[in-house]
Amino acid sequence: MRKFLLSTIAAGLLAAATPALAHEGPALDNQVWSWQGVFGHYDKAQLRRGWQVYHDICSNCHSMNLVAYRNLAYLGFTADQVKAFAAEKQVTDGPNDQGEMYQRPARPSDHFVPPFPNEQAARVANNGALPPDLSLMVKARHGGPDYVYSLLTGFTDPPAGHVVPDGMYYNRAFNGGNIGMPPPIADDAVTYADGTKATKQQIAKDVVSFLNWAAEPELDQRHALGVKVIGFLIVLTAMFYALKRKIWADVH
Amino acid sequence: MSGYKFENKAVQWFDDRLPLFTVLRHSTTDYPTPRNLNYWWNFGSLALMMLVIMILTGVFLVMNYTPNAALAFDSVERIMRDVNYGWLIRYMHANGASMFFIVVYIHIFRGLYYGSYKAPREVLWWLGLVIYLLMMATAFMGYVLPWGQMSFWGATVITNLFSAFPVVGDYIVTLLWGGFSVANPTLNRFFSLHYLLPFLIFAVVFLHLVALHTVKSNNPLGIEMKGPQDSIPFHPYYTIKDLYGVGVFLIVYLAFVFFAPNFFGEPDNYIPANPMVTPPHIVPEWYYLPFYAILRSIPNKLAGVIAMFSAILILFFLPWIDSSKVKSAKFRPIFKQVFWIFVLDTILLGYVGSQPPGGPLVLIGQIATAVYFLFFPFLYLLGKIEKPRALPQSISAAVLKSEKA
Repeated sequence: MRKFLLSTIAAGLLAAATPALAHEGPALDNQVWSWQGVFGHYDKAQLRRGWQVYHDICSNCHSMNLVAYRNLAYLGFTADQVKAFAAEKQVTDGPNDQGEMYQRPARPSDHFVPPFPNEQAARVANNGALPPDLSLMVKARHGGPDYVYSLLTGFTDPPAGHVVPDGMYYNRAFNGGNIGMPPPIADDAVTYADGTKATKQQIAKDVVSFLNWAAEPELDQRHALGVKVIGFLIVLTAMFYALKRKIWADVH
Repeated sequence: MSGYKFENKAVQWFDDRLPLFTVLRHSTTDYPTPRNLNYWWNFGSLALMMLVIMILTGVFLVMNYTPNAALAFDSVERIMRDVNYGWLIRYMHANGASMFFIVVYIHIFRGLYYGSYKAPREVLWWLGLVIYLLMMATAFMGYVLPWGQMSFWGATVITNLFSAFPVVGDYIVTLLWGGFSVANPTLNRFFSLHYLLPFLIFAVVFLHLVALHTVKSNNPLGIEMKGPQDSIPFHPYYTIKDLYGVGVFLIVYLAFVFFAPNFFGEPDNYIPANPMVTPPHIVPEWYYLPFYAILRSIPNKLAGVIAMFSAILILFFLPWIDSSKVKSAKFRPIFKQVFWIFVLDTILLGYVGSQPPGGPLVLIGQIATAVYFLFFPFLYLLGKIEKPRALPQSISAAVLKSEKA
């Protein structure tokens, strides 16, 4: 009976899973990520490299509205470094005592300052295309980090007969093939502060890790707590089972 | 009531004024339960636990959620990022909805397999179906609240279904929307109702339990308890068995919460709602998919909507559609197989509903829909022609026999 129960639950879950697992479009270039699995967690050195890639390249066009500079402390940056990152950008504050709005350097409590003031400004600077906000990018696409990695490394020559319109680029991972984003990364597109060799693949992996952290900053805490909770529940359930056997002994 | 005297004087004093302890006694240590319930009977208590978890996590979410079309999405993300353990509360609530439905579906199918809807449990069955319908409405409106793309477009597609009804259709849709499209007023009324309906569910669950305690539990043999030798008190036997079930269930539920929290979710709902951009493939949450497939497999919109609602409403008539006097599928060799065909058919409908329409799936969906509805007239005929196996004398007789064997 127990086996029966389990198999039915499994079948139900499988049926439930189909919408979540469905991925349409080209095959993904699946990677091994440090945070996968029950004991998986972020590699903070990698997150710092990823932040460098985002800072030097992505943030020129893409906003990341849900993340604040103070959150960067989690990556292992000191308070002064975080302050310095924030102070690179100006934000409008106010009104002051004179009733006027004024510019000031961003503070750690500010969210990442977007590259464009509004959607129209972003579109006009990008050939009509809107660079999407990256805060939740990894969670907002089927395939998650593997999709974003495949996209970043997916710029190739179009197959014969495929027409790429002016101002667009061919990307084998992108639905339809034509993407408005120019190839953002190449070998040595950044020089890593920690001396890691900046191949295209390395850059893509690092920045996807950073994007995953931006989308799921709670992951480390979630996994660590989950292991404890499930461990506790296994012991508790075993005790319930023992108690059940004991209480039911006189019925059977 | 029973004239029972509690040893503790304070308890007795209180009980003379409000018979709280008498009621507790009556529904636990004095409440007779069939001695042969199997683990499929655990899912009722699990459903109650899920309802409590959903209400509690929901109350805490509301403390930080903002029901406004411009602010809702970011307020949910604030819960995820800045509220202490906000991610845990929200993931428990989001995955809890799926778990609640898994538990309730198993609970319903268990009732179906063991004939728990038959006399004298018709009203108990009805109340369960009312709970199920209220759950569907609650879950639908809850899914709209994060105001992501799938929230918005799911709400648009589902509310538009009501426009199929002649004359009143458009008025109903305007009323649901609070305007002429899904917008801020829609979010506000859905939020209000999403908070209200769970308490209605709670009230109906209470009635469900009152009805249960009046007619007592069915059991795997489908024969009624005839005396004390057939029953055991609910407490401690089923309290501990239910607790064991709670432990196993929580391991599964929380494994999703901690290690695969977006397993049941749609990535599109992490994109803020945008009325100008339609997602390529709009799917409702998985628990509606069989009915969504029925809706889509009928080419006429109104007929599709009627079929979709009928697929659930027909279950209210099940106590009279099933003409067999034997309750449990254990003694109905043909029904047992038909039951599993029905289960597989429902899962198949769910799969069809999850896929983009087109190709062979259209025909498969239509056949599966036909099988779904043919199940009911077939059930009526089956009761007339099927030769059930011999029923045991009593629950205790059957239990003793199986222990000797």
